[in-house]
Amino acid sequence: MATANREQIIELDVRTDELLVNMGPQHPSTHGVLRLVLKTDGEIVTHVEPHIGYLHRCAEKIGENLTPRQWIPYTDRMDYLAAMNMNLGWSLCVEKLLQYELPEKARHLRVIIAELGRIASHLVGMGAYGLDLGTFSPFLYAFREREKILNLFEEACGARLTNSYITPGGATADLPPGWLEKCEAFLDQFEPVIAEYHALLTTNAIFIQRTAGIGVMSAEMAIDYGCTGPVLRGSGVDHDLRRDGEERYTEMYDGYAFEVIVQKDGHYPRDHDYPPVPPEAVLGDCWHRFYVRMLEVVQAIDIIRQGIEFYRSAEGDWGHPIKLNTKLPKGEVYLETECPRGQMGFYLVSDGSAIPWRTRARSSCFCNLSVTEELCRGCLLADVPAIVGSLDIVMGEIDR
Amino acid sequence: MAEFFAQYMPAGVAYTLTALISAALLLGVVGVGALFFIWAERKVAGRIQDRLGPTRTGGKFGWLQSLADGIKLLTKEDIAPADADKTLFRLAPYVSLAPSYAALLALPFADGWVGWEINTAMFFLLAVLGLEVFGVILAGYASGSKWSLFGGMRQAAQVVSYEVPLGMCGVIPVFLCGTMSLTTIGNMQAGWFTNWLIFHDPFTFLVFWVYFTCAVASVNRAPFDLAEAESELVAGFHTEYSGLRWSFFFMAEYNSMLVVSGLAAVAFFGGWNGPVPIFASWKAAGGGWEIVANLAGCINFIMKAVLGVMLMIWVRWTLPRLRIDQVITTCLKYCVPLAAFCFVGALSWQLFDLPSPNDWVPAERAGRAAVREPWARGTTGSTQSSAGTSARLAQGSEVHR
Repeated sequence: MATANREQIIELDVRTDELLVNMGPQHPSTHGVLRLVLKTDGEIVTHVEPHIGYLHRCAEKIGENLTPRQWIPYTDRMDYLAAMNMNLGWSLCVEKLLQYELPEKARHLRVIIAELGRIASHLVGMGAYGLDLGTFSPFLYAFREREKILNLFEEACGARLTNSYITPGGATADLPPGWLEKCEAFLDQFEPVIAEYHALLTTNAIFIQRTAGIGVMSAEMAIDYGCTGPVLRGSGVDHDLRRDGEERYTEMYDGYAFEVIVQKDGHYPRDHDYPPVPPEAVLGDCWHRFYVRMLEVVQAIDIIRQGIEFYRSAEGDWGHPIKLNTKLPKGEVYLETECPRGQMGFYLVSDGSAIPWRTRARSSCFCNLSVTEELCRGCLLADVPAIVGSLDIVMGEIDR
Repeated sequence: MAEFFAQYMPAGVAYTLTALISAALLLGVVGVGALFFIWAERKVAGRIQDRLGPTRTGGKFGWLQSLADGIKLLTKEDIAPADADKTLFRLAPYVSLAPSYAALLALPFADGWVGWEINTAMFFLLAVLGLEVFGVILAGYASGSKWSLFGGMRQAAQVVSYEVPLGMCGVIPVFLCGTMSLTTIGNMQAGWFTNWLIFHDPFTFLVFWVYFTCAVASVNRAPFDLAEAESELVAGFHTEYSGLRWSFFFMAEYNSMLVVSGLAAVAFFGGWNGPVPIFASWKAAGGGWEIVANLAGCINFIMKAVLGVMLMIWVRWTLPRLRIDQVITTCLKYCVPLAAFCFVGALSWQLFDLPSPNDWVPAERAGRAAVREPWARGTTGSTQSSAGTSARLAQGSEVHR
């Protein structure tokens, strides 16, 4: 630790030294295998350097050796907390290349599933954030509800975590009979539970103390670093691909009424009875990022309710998955979708064979994580998990 | 007890024997207490979190779980890291456990049921509890791990802050009762629950919560468990410990919890006196009846202390953890002034003999609370004590004024 020689220490009497600490890759609050190299001066963190790559599995290279449908399970394993949304992004990208027109019913099925995936993902994000701040119970309350969503997924496609459900062309199967009723029952039961989370976290005095005014990111900074999703909207940038995205993606949400969750003109949407923003909170801090996620859960519930109605009255069927060896037309496509953690983009170049010539995934968490160094500079040691947790990263998606 | 043995053997042997018996009994309290509280914590935490907690080991309720864990820890390898200061590293768990065990010496479990009857018990307890942190600091320093060092550093900062308001809160019952002897403080709260010091006046009611906050902080429990903050410091000061040494820290923590809530029970909740004086006449009868009354009192005391520990467990599984600067802010900006304010308030209340909840209890209306007696005599010059109060006063040993 003390590198200075003895004379110097005596001469300077009491001198402090920088301490270099490795936080991770095995650490309780680095969300998987993130490694942060911290330079600390006592409790104050002077420098943070994130190191990634511990979960790299060559997913993109594998994608260049498989047909698009075969690659679907690999997209599951990118953001493993929102596998359905990953499937959707890749499917839409392939469909864009194929110029495939989706049946009406399949469209609503996808909306329902994707928004359920968003709730499941935000629940984990919320619970894990509680863990980062040292409270264990909200995590289990979140998992209790997430489990019910996973049960619904299991019933729809047989898998709970790595679903591989949404496929280019539609989905692997239609929703089973009685599924919609179960989903509605879940939503009715789940909606009041959110108040519990607000009581334990959002409006908890200690939680506010720990998150309000911490890791403040201005809108300019968020845009400069390419942050997306709740991290971007938490800084007050009104941008949501479900509304502002490419037509192939936004037409999926045609006819759905929803408001982008962002602080506009000093207030958040008022369509529900949300807890008030505490006076200590600054736009762009950890608290706002967390709050946006919590509000998006409510928003997703509304969208699913609408989706269920649309699905019931929709024409057509749940789509026909493309054949495993479908020849892809020559060309290249790129499509971004609004995943729970931000904008997940898929890039595909085809040389006319059934196997893509190049696949590439644009990770949202990678950009979101890149702000860590600037946000954590000068904060206290305990703020590092608070800031990194508020970015809600999944290493599987960053490293791919 | 020493006097009893002294009838049959030389005084020196009698005192040694008494000391050994007391020490063994208290060691039992430490061991069984830790086993029970660890089990209770896991069970309560489980229920709070919609889980079951341990269910297999030892029947339906898993009550042997902590014993099984203890045996597992006993058989684990005792590892000291290569970079550690081996001597201090091995010493630290004992330094941590010994004071929390020693604190039990002066804690009365019922009237006269105390390991070591000293008239400065309150002072002794607070002083000895403060020593426990040396174990933590030592562990943090000696582990040779940066995370442990952070834990030890935080603990040092935290304890320096919290000993101050904790002492100030402890001083209030001492001043009100005019004694530092916990046995006397407990006896002065005999009678109806309105005699308990927490109901003495609004200030003592407030100061109990200040005391509780500081006590939670001083025994290192969430939301003040910064020294081991698992989401920041991996496991803080005990990151590098394994096996039995690690479990010593655990035992020290749970035992300290018991001691601080026991102290709260004596200083604010009437100690071994139940809410309604059922056993008062038994106690006055003496002999075997007195032992039965004391046994009931002991159960009473343990229930109150366990309730305090349960409250700490509940808090731990509900609240997020504070940051180090917020912990110290809470202490210096809120707890210290609040405790000082309550100190002045409670003493003025007693000095001017302001209304007490005793006035609403028919059985207590006639006299004045035992606590107020000496002060009222001093200010008004009258000795209008009822028979009940003087009997109560007489029960305690002498009142140190």
